[in-house]
Amino acid sequence: MDWMAWTLPTAIFFASIGLLLLGMTLYELRRPCVERRGFLPIATTRGDRLFIGLLVSAYLHLLVIGLSDWNLWVASLLSLAWLLVVMRWG
Amino acid sequence: MNKVPNNKAWWLVLPVFLLVAFSAVVPMMTVVNYSVQDIFDQSSRYFVGADWYRQVLLDPRLHDSLLRQFIYSACVLLIEIPLGIAIALTMPTKGRWSSLCLIVMAIPLLIPWNVVGTIWQIFGRADIGLLGASLNQLGINYNYAANTMDAWVTVLVMDVWHWTSLVALLCYSGLRAIPDVYYQAARIDRASAWAVFRHIQLPKMKSVLLIAVMLRFMDSFMIYTEPFVLTGGGPGNATTFLSQTLTQMAVGQFDLGPAAAFSLVYFLIILLVSWLFYTAMTHADKQ
Repeated sequence: MDWMAWTLPTAIFFASIGLLLLGMTLYELRRPCVERRGFLPIATTRGDRLFIGLLVSAYLHLLVIGLSDWNLWVASLLSLAWLLVVMRWG
Repeated sequence: MNKVPNNKAWWLVLPVFLLVAFSAVVPMMTVVNYSVQDIFDQSSRYFVGADWYRQVLLDPRLHDSLLRQFIYSACVLLIEIPLGIAIALTMPTKGRWSSLCLIVMAIPLLIPWNVVGTIWQIFGRADIGLLGASLNQLGINYNYAANTMDAWVTVLVMDVWHWTSLVALLCYSGLRAIPDVYYQAARIDRASAWAVFRHIQLPKMKSVLLIAVMLRFMDSFMIYTEPFVLTGGGPGNATTFLSQTLTQMAVGQFDLGPAAAFSLVYFLIILLVSWLFYTAMTHADKQ
């Protein structure tokens, strides 16, 4: 695994993504979701909302890095808030 | 009552999943790891956080290259999509001619990228190339190696020559799938050719057109070999598109960290655009 040049933050990042996907799979098996329409302009499933949430979070991080001097944790906290909002009301 | 989906079929996807994991996911994780480190060799690497991202996001060379890439992809789509539709509409529908047309249209698609680049490199040469020499004989000062505009036009025409067939063939298949009753109804209503195109053919071609636009966007957005062989990115940096800038950074200068950070930004752009197209396509199907 040394050739992959792992670092602790990236390992935590990928582990969280992996756990998130695993959790979503188990949740889906227990309680299959129904496509619904929230504040997003399209009808979405739970997985769609997670994807939209993560994609927007990635762009949010890039915006904070590229356009501001803010600490990256600000972007991470905003992303977490956005993810929760989009999963619940998206 | 809703039917309970049988999730056992997912086991059949497992081999593909494993294959993709090794060919795409593991390399991408490595790229993410590289993008947060300054790597000198295997034993000496240092964590730098988001520094490379900041560097690439503020790098004017990459801004220029990204802008060129968007302009290039926009030009490719604006030329190839209407041209492909026009060709598909004029292609014969039955008999030997239709088979012949299909084969002729498919030929450019079979030629490898680097060969296409070489063909156009020789074809466009001002001294011995049929196109270049003929234009110069006609008094048009054409030299793709020295003039920026000529280089752009040549790279664009080369892409149009190579890939318009794909759009035309997709549209042709979309047109053939329209049942004859629609045309009969249009004839009864005495609809004009434009009305038939606007209200029957174009809406029925919507899903294949979305596929065509998506394929042509993704392919033109990651174009590398053809301009590299034809112009080498020149004159100056005039035809240096994103993947060439990235390759120069990663392989030429061996700046693995910034190159990794930039490839992830590149990936996010492609991911966003592909998702938008995918959503548009699935929603078109639902309607």
